[in-house]
Amino acid sequence: MDKTPQTLPRQNWTFSNEINSEIRRAAATGIYDIRGGGAKRRVPHFDDLLFLGASISRYPLEGYREKCETSVTLGTRFAKKPIELKIPITIAGMSFGALSAHAKEALGRGATAAGTSTTTGDGGMTDEERGHSEKLVYQYLPSRYGMNPDDLRRADAIEVVVGQGAKPGGGGMLLGQKITERVAKMRNLPIGIDQRSACRHPDWTGPDDLEIKILEIREITNWEKPIYIKIGGARPYYDTALAVKAGADVVVLDGMQGGTAATQDVFIEHVGQPTLACIRPAVKALQDLGMHRKVQLVVSGGIRGGADVAKALALGADAVAIGTAALIALGDNDPRWEDEYQKLGTTTGAYDDWHEGRDPAGITTQDPELMKRLDPVAAGRRLRNYLAVMTLECQTLARACGKSHVHNLEPEDLCALTMEAAAMAGVPLAGTNWIPGQSGF
Amino acid sequence: MQTIDMASTELRQLNSTLQAQSTKTDDAEWVIENTRGAHALAVGLDAPIKVTVKGSTGYYCAGMNKRADIYVTGSVGPGVAENMISGSVTVDGDASQYAGATGHGGLLNIRGNASSRCGISMKGIDIVVHGNVGHMSAFMAQSGNLVILGDAGDALGDSLYEARLFVRGKVKSLGADCIEKEMRPEHLEFLADILKRAGADAKPEEFKRYGSARKLYNFNVDHADEY
Repeated sequence: MDKTPQTLPRQNWTFSNEINSEIRRAAATGIYDIRGGGAKRRVPHFDDLLFLGASISRYPLEGYREKCETSVTLGTRFAKKPIELKIPITIAGMSFGALSAHAKEALGRGATAAGTSTTTGDGGMTDEERGHSEKLVYQYLPSRYGMNPDDLRRADAIEVVVGQGAKPGGGGMLLGQKITERVAKMRNLPIGIDQRSACRHPDWTGPDDLEIKILEIREITNWEKPIYIKIGGARPYYDTALAVKAGADVVVLDGMQGGTAATQDVFIEHVGQPTLACIRPAVKALQDLGMHRKVQLVVSGGIRGGADVAKALALGADAVAIGTAALIALGDNDPRWEDEYQKLGTTTGAYDDWHEGRDPAGITTQDPELMKRLDPVAAGRRLRNYLAVMTLECQTLARACGKSHVHNLEPEDLCALTMEAAAMAGVPLAGTNWIPGQSGF
Repeated sequence: MQTIDMASTELRQLNSTLQAQSTKTDDAEWVIENTRGAHALAVGLDAPIKVTVKGSTGYYCAGMNKRADIYVTGSVGPGVAENMISGSVTVDGDASQYAGATGHGGLLNIRGNASSRCGISMKGIDIVVHGNVGHMSAFMAQSGNLVILGDAGDALGDSLYEARLFVRGKVKSLGADCIEKEMRPEHLEFLADILKRAGADAKPEEFKRYGSARKLYNFNVDHADEY
């Protein structure tokens, strides 16, 4: 007799193998999962947008012949010395401590060669970083680790960090295994202990206080330095408006795909909005206040290539910042280390235990032997190359839309592939003139 | 001695004048009059000068001070001497929230009371408060010394690291991981010195010492109920 046909074993979508593995891990350890990086879940993103390109009513610029400018000036509102960048792509804040000194040096080298800025992080400014970064943005964070007036004055700009896309409303934690003698000394804490970075600033609590805090910083630095305010993608309209009210020269807006050195996975995946959803509300706040292009907007969180740059600019940003992508360009999650990723229980592309300090690529570590694996000169060159490619890609798209400067890209140049992306980006669904939430169908 | 009248001087002019002083300055003593509660007065100084601020100030008076000795005859708003590196700041009156926040060094001497979060995240500064301090003082304090001649409010030393706290009066409650510790000879010696420098009328033996139990230094889920 024939065997009765069987249905294939059916996996549960709600209780997937991945979910179940986390339940088992939690049950075994009693501790939530901490990891680095940004949101890994699929969210509407720049991939869901397309450029329309030129047509009968729009004529393009000749590739390889006609100029398409990429320069951007940040900090034109109040600062005596705004920052002038050759390209609209900056390096986001990442700390010495979370990253090795070699990695910070490589970021400085790559950014400088590309004509852009890099940014310190929670842990202060190192001499290597200052020395290798022609334009360095100094983060002013709640922990104030390593904060001092001399470094404020030798910075090219100051970024007051209110929030971060990976964890709006959260602080940070640098676990003890990465706290070497040098890191501990810079942060004024004992070696080997977990270092909390506070979630809010110690000496101001709201936008009115922040305005006075910015006044103080400007007074200490002779009103020379552009003051950025970095916000996570929580309430982008109101946060941008309040940042402008508080006196920001530049608003840095970081969506949920933006990375972190170490945060709870539940925080990274469940708090904050996708980058795509944040840009238009922030731009609208600037426009409503008559400050668009006067207070510059820098967008970060999941920027991977020139198309992402061009789309962010078309939605109204003045520049973008990259963090995770820059680390990958340096050598993070490179297949050459697959054997070692396997030993750590992970694989190329998925390695995110940056907080443990065992990075095979020698980037998110303070282990002297692992650090040696990263040649800061070669890694800096890779970053420069990558920034150059992103810029060329962005120019290619801008020329295709007939723009002589990448800042001339505009929402009208875009359409969306999904209703969600159309609603978030405020551009029509492809093939229609429908913008969900703005126009009737 | 130079006098700057804030009734006729812009803040920028005041601070740039004081910031321009150097080690070799001839104008070692300055008096600021008619402060009218201004914010960010005498911030970012970096010279061994003496500055007397007549009256009361707003936020962040003497912020990020290095080397200067600043004396305020009135009271000060939030964040006095925030992130001070060295030198001294003396306040005759009271101090609002976050006095001495994140300070790395120097002496902050408050002759009146200090409000909440005095010494928050302090990183090496010495703070003497002749009166009482408010709640959450020395929150996440990393290093340095907070000496309180009066009483301390709720949650003193919450999430404390290596800072040392000395209280002569009552402590309403201790914060997470903050405990009373033995007063050893070196602590009495330190107190005698700092009380003398602060012109405080108190004896070292009258104080109790508080510090970190160091149980929260490395994350352990078994301690999650403590905060």
